[in-house]
Amino acid sequence: MSGRAEYKPGGSAFASEILQRKDFWSAVLYVTLGIGTIIASLGYEFGSPSNMGPGFFPIILGAMLAIIGGVIAIRVFTTTDGNPDMRLGFINWKALALVSGSTVLFALLLPYSGVLIALPALMLVGAAASRHFRIELRAVAGMLVLSAACALVFVVGLGVPMPLLGSLFGG
Amino acid sequence: MDIFANLLIGLQTAGSLTNLLYCFVGVFLGTAIGVLPGLGPTATIAILLPITFTMGPENALIMLAGIYYGAQYGGSTTAILVNLPGEPSSVVTAIDGYQMARKGRAGVALSTAAISSFIAGTIATLLIALFAPILGEVALKFGPAEYFSLLSLGLVAALVLAHGSLLQAFGTVIVGLLLGLIGPDVNSGVQRFTFGITGMQDGISFVIVAMGVFGLGEIVANLGDESGRSVSDGAISKMLPNREDIRRMAAPIIRGTALGSLLGILPGGGAMLASFASYTVEKKLSKFPDEFGKGAIEGVAGPEAANNAGAQAAFIPMLTLGVPSNSIMALIIGAMIIQGIQPGPSVMIEQPALFWGVIVSMWIGNLMLLVLNLPMIGLWVRMIGIPYHFLFPAILVFCAIGAFSLSNSTFDVFLLAAFGVVGYVLRKLDCEPAPLLLGFILGPMMEENLRRALMINRGDASVLFTRPISCALLVGAIALLVMVLLPSIRARRDVAFQEE
Repeated sequence: MSGRAEYKPGGSAFASEILQRKDFWSAVLYVTLGIGTIIASLGYEFGSPSNMGPGFFPIILGAMLAIIGGVIAIRVFTTTDGNPDMRLGFINWKALALVSGSTVLFALLLPYSGVLIALPALMLVGAAASRHFRIELRAVAGMLVLSAACALVFVVGLGVPMPLLGSLFGG
Repeated sequence: MDIFANLLIGLQTAGSLTNLLYCFVGVFLGTAIGVLPGLGPTATIAILLPITFTMGPENALIMLAGIYYGAQYGGSTTAILVNLPGEPSSVVTAIDGYQMARKGRAGVALSTAAISSFIAGTIATLLIALFAPILGEVALKFGPAEYFSLLSLGLVAALVLAHGSLLQAFGTVIVGLLLGLIGPDVNSGVQRFTFGITGMQDGISFVIVAMGVFGLGEIVANLGDESGRSVSDGAISKMLPNREDIRRMAAPIIRGTALGSLLGILPGGGAMLASFASYTVEKKLSKFPDEFGKGAIEGVAGPEAANNAGAQAAFIPMLTLGVPSNSIMALIIGAMIIQGIQPGPSVMIEQPALFWGVIVSMWIGNLMLLVLNLPMIGLWVRMIGIPYHFLFPAILVFCAIGAFSLSNSTFDVFLLAAFGVVGYVLRKLDCEPAPLLLGFILGPMMEENLRRALMINRGDASVLFTRPISCALLVGAIALLVMVLLPSIRARRDVAFQEE
């Protein structure tokens, strides 16, 4: 309730408040995706209701999405409700980068290094996302055991075609 | 007598040694992930799906189903012991269950949960056996118009049950529907939204979407709040409820089962709604309403019966109509399609061993949970204490290997990382990810059925309203939307979600 009267639509404080709002960013996301879908679907044949082309359904969905985004946007710009639940709050950029980055790293390393190196790399980089991350004996041992177990179960046992050691090692 | 013949077929399938083993693995894994922090059944099933592709269809479905209802059970265990509901459906169990534990009656609360779940599971199995064939008969009359309307109803129900703003949930469903369209168009073969990327030529696998959004996205979200949890080390000595307890829990179990079976059948319904409804009903009917919130055994027995009955009843629309009522059912449908089974009314007729086997296995699985879990409680208690920072790197590993093994390509692992980002963004924006997954799986089905319905009727969309079943389903969907938009119900919905 505290923020209710402080921001007037159009004021600069209002602008910075809006950039913190979840519904504002949902609106941005939906409008962009909706319009993007429509543009991307223009290349597909639209057809008619009795004989729909590949563009028919996506264009309708894209339009609906853009409209939903628009309605949310109107609500964002007409309310000055300082509802704390609607604030973005803390964005964990570090965890986001490390968790998705470690997955990308795994995919990049796999053909060259093989699972025996790609898996520990994945775990090490991924685990760094936690604030409890420390290099300690128990954690390293766990990492090595899990890597070896996965190599044994998935590659040797289930036959998933991942190299144990990749092309860098002549694998 | 038909029902007994059917159940006998099921018993033969589910009772085989292999299937008993898969059932056990399923309920064991399910309970474990229900107990473990920050790993839900949706992510687990997604991770395990690539492995199930090599199993027979019955083995796979029996195990996946076991994970699903086993997780409910594990969720109740953490709700009672540490006041942290492992699954949304055990939120209300935490209210009175944890209070019972604090009064030294943790063992009684746990066994009450187990007994209620078992009785509800038994009755729900019989109900499925009775009603699934009837529903299957109706479903055989379904044409494309009916299917389109039914899918619409399912999506609307998913919206209504999503947290947060309805509009945002609506947007999430549409994003899911659009993602589902990526790949070749069934009718014309045109590549849609693949942008010439080779790895997307056959579309995106639902397994990648589920693992990314529920697995990776959830990890990032969980890492934002790494408060540890500790088990109050109250000795769990007395397990069995006394005569007074049994007398007090009988009626709530029956009412909870009835509520759960009813609400579970509804698309989008299921376990969570049922447990909330049951708690409210028991509080109203109880002779000791002031005990609620302070350790009333009815507050554990009713909701636990309701969520288990709801979880099992959710299989009815999935098995008979091929329409998922929640994101886990959606994953199981995806698994069936990969196994070469088109979910729908024909499964019951063409694959009776599979259909009845899965149903009977749920009863056997519940029996296993009852018999095995109470002695194993010590193991679960130790699992509750596993810190999340030891757990999530392992989840990462299983997601990455699972994604790779889908089509043995690293492209899917890159996609996994991308959907992990999508999952976190959705969570940050208060857009619940479950409707996205549901939309993703239903998208191609909806388009296909709408196309066919309109093609048959020369482009006249009124067919959706002139066919009675289709009209009833659509009216139901619209009524549901209007109901939620009414201010009074909207306020109650907000309150219901706030209790979590």
